[in-house]
Amino acid sequence: MAEKIVEVRDLVRTYGRTRALDGVNLTVERGSVLGLVGQNGAGKTTLIKHLLGLLRAEKGSVRVFGSDPVADPPGVLSRIGYLSEEGDLPLWMRVEELVRYSAAFYPGWDQQYADSLQREFELSSDAKLGSLSKGQRARAGLLVALAFRPDLLLLDEPSSGLDPVVRRDILGAIIRTIADEGRTVLFSSHLLAEVEQVSDRVVMVRAGRVVLDDELAHIKQTHHRIDLVFDEPRAETPALPGALGWEGCGKSWSALWCGESSQLEASVALIGGKVIGNIGVSLDDIFVAHAGRDRR
Amino acid sequence: MRIHISPRDGVPIYMQIVQQVRRLIASGELVPGDELPSIRGLADSLVVNPNTIAHAYRELEGAGLVTTSRGLGTYVAGIDQATAHADRRAVLADRIDSLVLESRQMRIPFSELLEILHERETAFRAGDEEMGDESEVIRG
Repeated sequence: MAEKIVEVRDLVRTYGRTRALDGVNLTVERGSVLGLVGQNGAGKTTLIKHLLGLLRAEKGSVRVFGSDPVADPPGVLSRIGYLSEEGDLPLWMRVEELVRYSAAFYPGWDQQYADSLQREFELSSDAKLGSLSKGQRARAGLLVALAFRPDLLLLDEPSSGLDPVVRRDILGAIIRTIADEGRTVLFSSHLLAEVEQVSDRVVMVRAGRVVLDDELAHIKQTHHRIDLVFDEPRAETPALPGALGWEGCGKSWSALWCGESSQLEASVALIGGKVIGNIGVSLDDIFVAHAGRDRR
Repeated sequence: MRIHISPRDGVPIYMQIVQQVRRLIASGELVPGDELPSIRGLADSLVVNPNTIAHAYRELEGAGLVTTSRGLGTYVAGIDQATAHADRRAVLADRIDSLVLESRQMRIPFSELLEILHERETAFRAGDEEMGDESEVIRG
């Protein structure tokens, strides 16, 4: 088993009477890309803040590179490349000042790589961060997050509100990081097509709890859109284990079903139905079904 | 290599790559000895996780369609006629599966699906004959 870069156990966090995190477990293995998905307010950012040591675990434990990020902030932070939706950049700085400042902060800073990223992202040295477009500012943040070749790249909703060209740069950065032997990525996003494109593993949180945690390829193999017919009309939704989000009425019903394809026919026969359709689904469909709504 | 992936498809991305390489080999667009792009190169151009590409290449290797030598790259394997034929059949079987499924969904009996297949084949043949030169039409 690969080394665990991130290990969160039974993490609880409450804000007033709200449980923002309610017993969350999360493991990220070295050399993998983990996509963290969930609706706004599900607890993604709160979880990421714990990994950065910005929040102390109320209950449970948080380990990044085997250390507690609250107890050893420099040891942990100097190895994490972080980019958030807001960017958190000092807006009064010029690009060259940001680069110099960051180079001094991170021991592993690679100036050659920083220069090539700056050219690729078309960031002019004397541009003030505050006057850049949102996309260019995201690129500046990405440059800083990448140029010291961090062991862990942590991206919190990096693509939010950005145009497709910048979004592709961000995905490209994830690919490059992972292609560098031994590096690891954790990113949260609600753009599920992007999550599908680059993740090895997907963790879905809902109301502070992990509702799905699996290899992406396995998630895709075990989730199906199924169409069923019954001989007699049914007044209520069929009781099929593993089925979510039923739609339909009378004799024909469809649902999102989670299970091994080979066992579907038999399980449906048990409730007196017949399978007439069984196709793969996108992560979007799976997300909506797990979010607990009946219809899109 | 001509590969397109659609992340929103129900088929996992590694499987989309496997299926498309299979098709390229079955159609003769890739021939034994051809080199596949490096894992990193294909990951960059498709903007897909390199682990996913590696997964696809492992599947292809397991199926005997490609050979990988460490550090040297991945090449289309030389296969005998019988295996090549079996593989072309497998590619078709994949497509037919979705056809069969769709006709079941539309409640079209299998016998009628076969009729439609014959009809389409006849239509294609008629088209071929119109396209061909006169001597061929006379011989036909």
